[in-house]
Amino acid sequence: MMNWIETKNNEPINLNEIPCLNIVDLRKEILEIKKRVVGFFGQPFGAGVKLFVIMADDEQGKLFVSSAYFNENEKSYDSITKDIPAFHMFEREFFEEFKIKPLKHPWLKPVRNHKKEYPFFEIQGEEIHQVGVGPIHAGVIEPGHFRFMCNGEKVYDLEIRLGYQHRGVEDLFLQNPTNQLAESVCGDSVIAYNLAYSKAMEALLNIEVSNKAQLIRLIALEMERVAIHIGDLGAIAGDTAYQMGNAIFGATRTLVINSLLEISGSRFGRGLIKVGGVNFDIDEKLAQNILKTLEKVGADVKRTTTTMLKSATVISRLERTGVVSYESAKALGLVGMAGRASGVELDSRFDFPDKWFMDKDDKKFKATGDVYSRTRLRYKEIMQSLSLIRKFMRMLPEYKNEPLLVPVNNGLYGEKFVVSIVEGWRGEVIHTAITDNNGRLSRYKIKDPSFNNWYGLAMAVRNNGISDFPLCNKSFNLSYCGNDL
Amino acid sequence: MIITAIINLIILLFAPFLVLGVIKKTKAFWAGRKGVSLFQPWWDFVKLMKKDAVVSNTTTWIFKFTPILIFATTLFAGLFVPMLGGSSVINMQGGFILFAYLLGLGKFFALLSAMDTGSSFEGMGASREACFTTIVEPAFFIIMASLIALSGNYTFESLFLILESAGGLGILIMILAVLALVVMLLTECCRVPVDDPTTHLELTMIHEVMILDNSGQDLGLITWAAGIKMVILESLIAALLIPTHLLGFGYSALAYVVALFVIAVFVGTLESAIARLRMSHVFEFIFAMSSFALITLSLTAIKLYGN
Repeated sequence: MMNWIETKNNEPINLNEIPCLNIVDLRKEILEIKKRVVGFFGQPFGAGVKLFVIMADDEQGKLFVSSAYFNENEKSYDSITKDIPAFHMFEREFFEEFKIKPLKHPWLKPVRNHKKEYPFFEIQGEEIHQVGVGPIHAGVIEPGHFRFMCNGEKVYDLEIRLGYQHRGVEDLFLQNPTNQLAESVCGDSVIAYNLAYSKAMEALLNIEVSNKAQLIRLIALEMERVAIHIGDLGAIAGDTAYQMGNAIFGATRTLVINSLLEISGSRFGRGLIKVGGVNFDIDEKLAQNILKTLEKVGADVKRTTTTMLKSATVISRLERTGVVSYESAKALGLVGMAGRASGVELDSRFDFPDKWFMDKDDKKFKATGDVYSRTRLRYKEIMQSLSLIRKFMRMLPEYKNEPLLVPVNNGLYGEKFVVSIVEGWRGEVIHTAITDNNGRLSRYKIKDPSFNNWYGLAMAVRNNGISDFPLCNKSFNLSYCGNDL
Repeated sequence: MIITAIINLIILLFAPFLVLGVIKKTKAFWAGRKGVSLFQPWWDFVKLMKKDAVVSNTTTWIFKFTPILIFATTLFAGLFVPMLGGSSVINMQGGFILFAYLLGLGKFFALLSAMDTGSSFEGMGASREACFTTIVEPAFFIIMASLIALSGNYTFESLFLILESAGGLGILIMILAVLALVVMLLTECCRVPVDDPTTHLELTMIHEVMILDNSGQDLGLITWAAGIKMVILESLIAALLIPTHLLGFGYSALAYVVALFVIAVFVGTLESAIARLRMSHVFEFIFAMSSFALITLSLTAIKLYGN
């Protein structure tokens, strides 16, 4: 382990302690360490580029960091993707940003850049036809282009092109890092993003947030999960034209986000979390109200899901549709909910726990990797989150007298490197922050779970009917803006 | 007679909006919503008719001509269908053949017009629609053949009269024929579980996707025609169910209006209760119509030559 530095979630390390190798050695190390890649990004360094690699050991809750330096003349290296496919998006991204080419990369195409021609994969033949959808869609959907290669109703291949929402978010963090910016990166994961950002900053400021604030944050995070999962169950029902589910889940979701509104004044929890703590308290009366509402939510979700998943017409749409096998999911590096639905047991709440998450739910989930599996997993996670919220709410009075906000007196520590992982509803939201010697951010890297999972969707659609694509898409519900940054 | 014909024509032209309104209201009721006004489909139509159509410059005359043709053929076909008190506007020997092929002509041009736009979605919709039609059409003729054999008469109006006096077997035939026509209604009018009329997802649509490029007055005419088709098929079912000559004109006319309403409520309830079928299973569902039709034909044979 000479060539790696070990760290933990939210544990800052000194920048100069990160081993710096050449790329050939680093590549060898990556293949040898046999861990999961969670970060692979560059930073301009002198005349060249420094490449940071973060590998996660999910069983031990450890992170391993290393780096490699490319001088200005080194413009290529031997691709890692051909040995570990999970690297493929990371290497494409690195190539796009720094023009350092991974040689023999099997799928080296633009990630976000639209100035370059995008070479779509094509199948040729008399009976093959292409269907292009987007980037402008019907309904309220983010922009993305989907290119299907079909034979009649059957999809042979789907290629997804994104990047239409690229706003340069990571650079904005260097100019003016604020909680508001963190909240605006991905609108359906406001809490998760803000939490990851705040935790990273707190680690760099070396401040400890009060227990009370930590609990309120976790309650909000779980409420976000519950709200979005319920909304997605409604959307899945909507796409199968099962109107009962659509209507009831829609109404139930409103109850949850209205509870967030009562806490923070925003239905999506904007303005709740701040570096140093939280802006709003949950007093006993509010806690009682929310618990009562959530009890009703739990009962409604349980009843509706049970009815829906008993309906033969619904089941026939969900089962064996959009299957991602465990092997594919593992190889592609799927994370979060979509990964768990295929049997990849990753949940950073438990894998990289803070002191509040001790007991992992040991009830085994039968993962089948299809839309049905992703639907049932959502239901299971809603129930799990509701019980977590109850648990945290009960712990709140114990810390009644603690402050909401810890004052921030000093600036960020200089020359530090910190990784902050938060399990949003979609999966691990990973923010990595690096500071320069003046205590300013010199690099801010965000990885949304969608970055790993988009390819999983492309995989799921293969050999399915093209009319089932919207259903597969909803069952993943990936983020465009989180991917495009 | 002339007054009945005029009233029939008025029903044919304006009942579609109410029928669609009732379906919408029913769905809203089951979803626990207040829902839009019963007359909303009418106001939507009025809005569309005030708008100009946007026509893509990749299309030809077919695209512009089709909405008018669909409307004209559907309305013309509607004139043969028995409505109030079992009477149709035009009562003609072999009218049902003209009826079927008028609808067929409209559909043929709808398919052409969809492909005329050059959109990959619309071609997909056209192929689905064509495929379903090839199953529905023979089944419809088999049913008609059975009924003709039973009645010995070639007009729509008297076709259905015979069933009421045909005894137990006649009732069985009637039920099967009604079931077949319900499947035909759900298929032809693009309702759940065959199609999802409320979806915005192009890839899953059948009928809606074929008219994606139509707008303004063109779209208005097409939706009007689709509504008329709904009323036509509802009328066929109603005519099978209502024993006109036993009730007399007044009561059977009333029963007809009630039937239009009840079938609309039924469709709305069905849409609220079940999900749409997977595309590959839709065929199996429509094949149910063929089975019903074939059983009807066999029963008819038994009835006629059984002894």
